[in-house]
Amino acid sequence: MREEMSRDDRVFVMGEDIGARGGVFLATDGFYEHFGEERVIDTPLAESSIAGIALGAAMNGLRPIAEIEFADFIYPTFNQIIGEAARVRYGSKGSLSVPMVIRAPYGGGVRGGLYHSQSVETFFAHTPGLKVVAPATPYDAKGLLKSSIRDEDPVIFLEHKRTYRLVQGEVPDHEYLVTLGKADVKMEGDDVTVFTYGLMLHHCLEAARQVAREGISVEIVDLRSIRPLDNETILSSAKKTGKVLIVHEDTKALGVGAEVSAIISEQAFEHLDSPIKRVTGPEVPAMPFSPSLEDVFMPDSDRIVTAIQELAVY
Amino acid sequence: MGFCATNDLYGELVRKVLNMKIELPQVGESVTEGVIGKWLKEVGDRVEKYDPLVEVVTDKVNMEMPSPVSGELTSILVSEGKTVLMGAVIAEIAVDGDDEHATDALKEPIPDTLEPSQADRIGTLLKDVSPVGPTGSGGHISEGPVVQRYSPAVSRLAAEHGIDLSRITGTGMGGRVTRNDVMAVVGSQVESDPTSTGVSETDNVEVVPLTPIRRTIAENMIRSATQIPQAWTMMEVDVTNLVNLREKFRLEFKRTHGVNLTYMPFTLQAVAASLKDHPGVNSSWGNNSIILKHRINIGVAVASDAGLVVPVIHDTDLLDVAGLAVAVDDLARRVRDGKLSLSDVQDSTFTINNTGVFGSVIGKPLINPPEAAIMNTEAVIKRPVVIDDEIVVRSIMNLCLTFDHRVLDGAEAGAFLKSVKSRLESIDSDNIV
Repeated sequence: MREEMSRDDRVFVMGEDIGARGGVFLATDGFYEHFGEERVIDTPLAESSIAGIALGAAMNGLRPIAEIEFADFIYPTFNQIIGEAARVRYGSKGSLSVPMVIRAPYGGGVRGGLYHSQSVETFFAHTPGLKVVAPATPYDAKGLLKSSIRDEDPVIFLEHKRTYRLVQGEVPDHEYLVTLGKADVKMEGDDVTVFTYGLMLHHCLEAARQVAREGISVEIVDLRSIRPLDNETILSSAKKTGKVLIVHEDTKALGVGAEVSAIISEQAFEHLDSPIKRVTGPEVPAMPFSPSLEDVFMPDSDRIVTAIQELAVY
Repeated sequence: MGFCATNDLYGELVRKVLNMKIELPQVGESVTEGVIGKWLKEVGDRVEKYDPLVEVVTDKVNMEMPSPVSGELTSILVSEGKTVLMGAVIAEIAVDGDDEHATDALKEPIPDTLEPSQADRIGTLLKDVSPVGPTGSGGHISEGPVVQRYSPAVSRLAAEHGIDLSRITGTGMGGRVTRNDVMAVVGSQVESDPTSTGVSETDNVEVVPLTPIRRTIAENMIRSATQIPQAWTMMEVDVTNLVNLREKFRLEFKRTHGVNLTYMPFTLQAVAASLKDHPGVNSSWGNNSIILKHRINIGVAVASDAGLVVPVIHDTDLLDVAGLAVAVDDLARRVRDGKLSLSDVQDSTFTINNTGVFGSVIGKPLINPPEAAIMNTEAVIKRPVVIDDEIVVRSIMNLCLTFDHRVLDGAEAGAFLKSVKSRLESIDSDNIV
């Protein structure tokens, strides 16, 4: 963000506690001092107005990065984002666009309970006109965020809270972009493909290392972009192994896994050698507050290992 | 009366509208497709039930398919030379209204696929036939078809590479055939496929596609060579008496029975009697058991233009020499004419291979699965032999026996061969028994 703000005067950040406080997760630490209060704007505790202001600014030539402090509180912005931002280009026959980024920390595993743990990706991913991005590694986060900022259309940029501290990785100082809408094969394998994104990538990698000791070769595809999905990579990997597991923390029904599964059965049916499996969060309304129940909610490497083993022997 | 009127109307309706779809019937579970041969009826022809309708060529036999119903042939849907799957609709017959099968059929819609119990109603050529190899199967020992589902990937690969999935042993859950299982078979085929080794028609070779019978022979012989531990033994047989006998009765026999007298019926008789004495040779390996066959059905390998076929003389032990001579002649002629029926190649329990006609004196035949043994009769050759310390000229024929060492040991196999030898050597040169 710092690089993009230095590169392009039109880029600015806004959100709750992002100024003097530097953001609740310190994503904008030092920005206020460096870029000043006109480009680092502390907002009232009103998500609908954050999204609405960003929408208006974007339509008027600026490139806002609006932070929703926790994705759990993003619901008041539905009208601004889904009802308006997603439709502007379409409704104006392409004469207007909304080059804004909505950043939102999401996901569980942080003992956040019902109001600080939810996965919101499918609500937005269902909507044509939006892009939804969910990086899993620091490298991808930088490259995808820069691409999102430069994109001419609204991007929902979802950052898993647990990855902030849990995951470390090399991030080059130099300028690079990661193209939106491209999945990334994080591990190559022959027997089973696992499609995942966000925090779950790391559980999947751990599971793959475990089953590798049993001789099961797993290919792991980090979707990175949930809308648009990278059909080409999804299909080529599914055809390669013929056995598919989809892992996400979000609940199962009508989720990302359902869409990936549908794409594969529509376009790679004759390459499947087993039913498609999903490992996801359970069908409950929100992350439970009890730590032990939260551990049950969150898919972990053990569940993923079991699913991979079942597919491998099928 | 209203009831009768309804019935009349019903019959009228049947006469007017019933067009029965005629399907290529399933004949033996290992037969999956057939080539449509000559149509024996034309569109518009009157067809009686059981009238031969069309010739069908499978990898096992050629057959004439009888009409399952009486009526008028209204359309031929598969033309001569086309390959179709068993169960495919090949013709339509407008069925006679008073045909009870027809009214049955009208009451219930004809399903696309047939359950075995429905098969006779819709028209099946042969029921309850057991699987056959090109050279006979050796009796009813199959454990019945196992319902197997295949994944889309497996089905597609099998179709692309022409693989019979029922022959693959699955390594997946519950014996399921996995994609890797199919790829392993494809890999082994590629190794042996000349077209995959860079050889093309331009390199002074001709690549001949396999006929169904050639492919089945190949698969059976691979199964024989790779799955059966085979041991081999040979004995010399002094057939001087037999040669003299044949010379003596040759012309008379031809006059009386209308067929040539060869050595084969004598060999068959000797083998059948010896199989009775040594039932272990007339058996099959059954994984956890040995399956002794009560019937003695000897297959006789016959070369044909298409490849080796083994027609079977059922209950060989019940025929005398003349009966056997007639049976052998009949089978050989029908092999040449391509007129073997499925039953002619089924249920053999032992095979005799007369390699002597090619001039061979020693041969090592491969067992015809799932039989336990196979015997070659080699060329009859005059040789100097020592009898009572004197060198004399005798007619000698070698018998070569290959046997399944899981089922038999050298002792029993040797005793069997010795028994055949003794019987042939003790033939009375003055009488045909």
